Amino acid sequence: MQHLTTLEQALRDRILILDGAMGTMIQRHKFEEQDYRGERFADWHTDIKGNNDLLVLSQPDVIFDIHSQYLEAGADIIETNTFNATTISMADYEMQSLAKEINIEAAKLAKKACEKYSTPDKPRFVAGVLGPTSRTASISPDVNDPGYRNVHFDELVEAYVEATHGLMDGGADIILIETIFDTLNAKAAAFAVEQVFDERQQRLPVMISGTITDASGRTLSGQTTEAFYYSMRHIQPISFGLNCALGPDLLRQYVKELSDAAECAVSAHPNAGLPNEFGEYDMEGEEMAEHIQEWAKSGLLNIVGGCCGTTPEHIKAIADAVANVAPRVPAKQDVKMRLSGLEPFVH
Amino acid sequence: MTQQTASFINVGERTNVTGSAMFKRLILEGDFDTALDVARQQVENGAQIIDINMDEAMLDSEAAMVRFLNLIASEPDISRVPIMIDSSKWSIIEAGLKCVQGKAIVNSISLKEGEEAFLHQAKLVKRYGAATVVMAFDEKGQADTEDRKFEICERSYKVLTEKLNFPPEDIIFDPNIFAVATGIEEHNNYAVDFINATRRIKKHLPHAHISGGLSNVSFSFRGNNPVREAMHSVFLYHAIKAGMDMGIVNAGQLAVYDDIPAELKEAVEDVILNRRDDGTDRLLEMAPKYLGDGKEVVKATLEWREWPVNKRLEHALVKGITDFIEEDTEEARLQAEKPLHVIEGPLMDGMNVVGDLFGEGKMFLPQVVKSARVMKRAVAYLEPYIELEKDQSSSNGKILLATVKGDVHDIGKNIVGVVLQCNNFEIIDLGVMVSSEKILRTAREENVDMIGLSGLITPSLDEMVNVAKEMQRQGFDLPLLIGGATTSKAHTAVKIEQNYQHPVVYVPNASRAVGVCQRLITKENRAIYAAELAKEYDVVREQHARKQPRSKPVSLERARDNKFVPDFSQYQPSTPNQLGVQTIEADIATLREYIDWTPFFLTWSLAGKYPRILDDEVVGEEAKKLFVDANALLDRVIASGELKAKGVFGLFPANSQGEDVLIYTDESRQHVLKTAHHLRQQTLKPKGANYCLSDFVASVDSGVKDYMGAFAVTAGIGEDELAQVFLDELDDYNSIMSKAIADRLAEAFAEYMHQLVRKQHWGFAADEQLDNNELIREKYQGIRPAPGYAACPEHTEKQTIWELLDAEKHTGMQLTESFAMWPGASVSGWYFAHPDCRYFAVAQIQQDQLEDYAERKNWSLETAEKWLGPNLS
Repeated sequence: MQHLTTLEQALRDRILILDGAMGTMIQRHKFEEQDYRGERFADWHTDIKGNNDLLVLSQPDVIFDIHSQYLEAGADIIETNTFNATTISMADYEMQSLAKEINIEAAKLAKKACEKYSTPDKPRFVAGVLGPTSRTASISPDVNDPGYRNVHFDELVEAYVEATHGLMDGGADIILIETIFDTLNAKAAAFAVEQVFDERQQRLPVMISGTITDASGRTLSGQTTEAFYYSMRHIQPISFGLNCALGPDLLRQYVKELSDAAECAVSAHPNAGLPNEFGEYDMEGEEMAEHIQEWAKSGLLNIVGGCCGTTPEHIKAIADAVANVAPRVPAKQDVKMRLSGLEPFVH
Repeated sequence: MTQQTASFINVGERTNVTGSAMFKRLILEGDFDTALDVARQQVENGAQIIDINMDEAMLDSEAAMVRFLNLIASEPDISRVPIMIDSSKWSIIEAGLKCVQGKAIVNSISLKEGEEAFLHQAKLVKRYGAATVVMAFDEKGQADTEDRKFEICERSYKVLTEKLNFPPEDIIFDPNIFAVATGIEEHNNYAVDFINATRRIKKHLPHAHISGGLSNVSFSFRGNNPVREAMHSVFLYHAIKAGMDMGIVNAGQLAVYDDIPAELKEAVEDVILNRRDDGTDRLLEMAPKYLGDGKEVVKATLEWREWPVNKRLEHALVKGITDFIEEDTEEARLQAEKPLHVIEGPLMDGMNVVGDLFGEGKMFLPQVVKSARVMKRAVAYLEPYIELEKDQSSSNGKILLATVKGDVHDIGKNIVGVVLQCNNFEIIDLGVMVSSEKILRTAREENVDMIGLSGLITPSLDEMVNVAKEMQRQGFDLPLLIGGATTSKAHTAVKIEQNYQHPVVYVPNASRAVGVCQRLITKENRAIYAAELAKEYDVVREQHARKQPRSKPVSLERARDNKFVPDFSQYQPSTPNQLGVQTIEADIATLREYIDWTPFFLTWSLAGKYPRILDDEVVGEEAKKLFVDANALLDRVIASGELKAKGVFGLFPANSQGEDVLIYTDESRQHVLKTAHHLRQQTLKPKGANYCLSDFVASVDSGVKDYMGAFAVTAGIGEDELAQVFLDELDDYNSIMSKAIADRLAEAFAEYMHQLVRKQHWGFAADEQLDNNELIREKYQGIRPAPGYAACPEHTEKQTIWELLDAEKHTGMQLTESFAMWPGASVSGWYFAHPDCRYFAVAQIQQDQLEDYAERKNWSLETAEKWLGPNLS
């Protein structure tokens, strides 16, 4: 519970900095199949190039180094390299059995990095990441049968329970459910997290971060930002935010919508713009920091970082830009029943 | 922000199988597309939350809930609103919660089963991210007084907020709205109790909401809409002031508070607020005055008699009034150049108005049938004059209708015939159990324009295929129409249409028949329509071929490994008071009390649950008239004895062996009298068992002395004769009514006899105390599945029942070659007693079970394929 209070205190004092993209940093190493395999998986029976989460086992030093670079750049919170470390996503590589170990080792690596950089004035925190998985519980993959599902709530809960245990075993300070494009998947994650907290008789602060997929302003599963907030509010998150899909210019209005509604901290970690014609994110750190600074000054932010395409340079620029800006004051909402379908309904 | 607020939230309840007969039928038939339309309309009409309930004994309710919610998730114009997941079973609620991404409402949980279960469920509700309705119900029962209502809500509130930190704003109390003015003194204060409890909840339990189902309060005045509407309005006025802020309210059943006449308002307020002891009596006395504005009807009656004769004929046709038809027809005849011109002129004009109104949904089936009665009378009056002049009447076309060989059910076919006659088609109705040979011979002789086949039981489907093949072989080119309860577009497309190269059209209901026939009657239109149909059926066939089975098949062996094992450790099978076969007499007056009226209205295409349908804003008026007419006919047959009911049942020592049940001659269990053959569900059941009816009987090697029963009842002795009497009077309306009533009485008899058996003859539920509504909802122990229906779909098993009971000797009931029962108004089935018995659907079976069944029945594989056709892929 000690970290909860330091985290809460820190949130009250300043805008906290979240790290940037892990994938972008891994890409810089231009790893080939054998690099992903390392010694331990030299004989693995499937191709595993692209399984970034596995690198916590096969290239731990590289991951540790990336965490360190972000901490060096000023990140208060760093994310574990576990975006796909669930049995469901690992099935793509037939590595379901490694999911838990990856979570444990990823959390340990991040923890080790944090401990190196932590000071009483600037404590650092490990956010254990639960990603969305490669499947959706409320969308049918078969256009001819809209009632069909290729993953069920219970399967998601099972996968997330295991991952959460792993993250907590490895020493995560926070659980971050992120890049939510199907709220039902995230509800399963939240359900699993609560169950693990019960089992371990230990609670961690929970951060929620959803993804608005395009300019329609809705998640992939169709919810507006406010409806999404009401769907996930029951877990009483320490922060609620948006990440990925859009650059800061397009994301702003939805962060504003969330800032008006959320009774907890608001986080944002946008992409470095939209991908250009070569699929690269090319918004420079300075430009991104300009946007973020304006958000911060408008009182929209408590936690900010970067998603796809962002690097330690971006994070440094963002950290500098918001260093002297006061954090957002959480919204006060009347006590009302706040329901949602795809749209919010308050009574 | 886009958030909406309102002081009173009305929850949409059309997607509730317990509240909407139409929705229930759609779900039972698996017609989820149309069921989605119901949900969509509700949202389009402004429902802010939709309640979804699948609690129905004949359904796999959990699967239906999951499927419907998953489908809704793909419909943004429905899923934009929050969902209320409604079930009396927690497992269904939980399955539903796993399908919704939004924040839903659970309906409901309560302290009924104690605090532990309540907290467990509430904790999960919170964890799934939902709000919840909490019923004022505790271990002692449902709260009726103000104090009990408040105390239970207060206790619920405390444990939820203190022990679980449950957000109080996510609690919606339902303090139970009960009927007032029932004549029972203790009920007089029920509305006051609710209103006062509401006020106390609002004051002492901050942020909690209060909801309720409004229509209950006025239940004693059903049939009198103006009074009910006033009661609803007055109740809401006071309850909302006290703090009620949500509810299930039919907006069409609400008067404007300020528009209620002062005298009525005062009397209603006396009753709702229980202000004087004689309040109920006074309101009862006053009520008839407000029923249907009696005065205006009289005035209108006088008025239309002043109109010109053509207008009067039209009016009589639209309103179904036969009183003056002969004198008006005579007047029209005298004015016309030729008698035929009366038919082709004013009468057809009037029927066209009827046809248009029906097509636009502004008239309902019972009205159309009554219109037909008027038309027939008018035509009959004119016929002698027409013959005198040797005039030929010209019709739209000639259609032959028949219920196919082996089937005796003809209500639907008769209705189609009447509706087509209304639209100037000439109908040749060959009746029931008509062989293909007779159908085709008559078609040639009469030179008909098309043939319509009807049937209710599944073997009739094969007979329809047979007729189609015969038509092809004999070189017919007439269109073939297919209709009846078990027929479907898919079956028509896959099995029938391909056997006949001329148009084959599936006609889903009577109102579609007219459009179909009109398009087929001219050669030019027919070709265009035929091309459209061919395309449509191609699509249906493609879809059918592509259709994935909803769940995976498993081998018979695996299904057997997952059979249902009832608990015999807690339950000792009761020994019947008397073994063997017994007959039961029942008079119609007794059976009348057991009628389930909801399906009766459905027969007439009026959808809605009885008694609520009588007050339905759309069909209520017609439903009421139909109900009055049905009761008049019941009065008549009770007085005249034109309908009789007979029943027989038998109770036997029995034990199961695999999917068979061995029925013994006596308690020594040495000699097998008969063997009942059942079928096992053969799809993957990750949660439940693979049920077979034999599972409900203790097995041979269990050593448990178990029993089972069989029954056969009919209330149709005299139905054909009675229907003919009306037909001879040119009264199709009452002719159809006779059969519809006989059908209901037979079902009522089955219910009545089952109750007698449970309480007395077998006696396993001697202390059962259930009212008719609870009987209809099958709240009792034990089941009575009928061969030919979902749990035992194979029809030939009726033969075993007949032999066991000597049914023909005892009741006169017979089986046709397709194992349809004659008279049509008959029910037969099995009795099972174990408390864990339930209805289920066998659905699709696999080759291994087909072979196994053939062996057990000592059949060839071909025979087995024939009788199990509907359950094979």
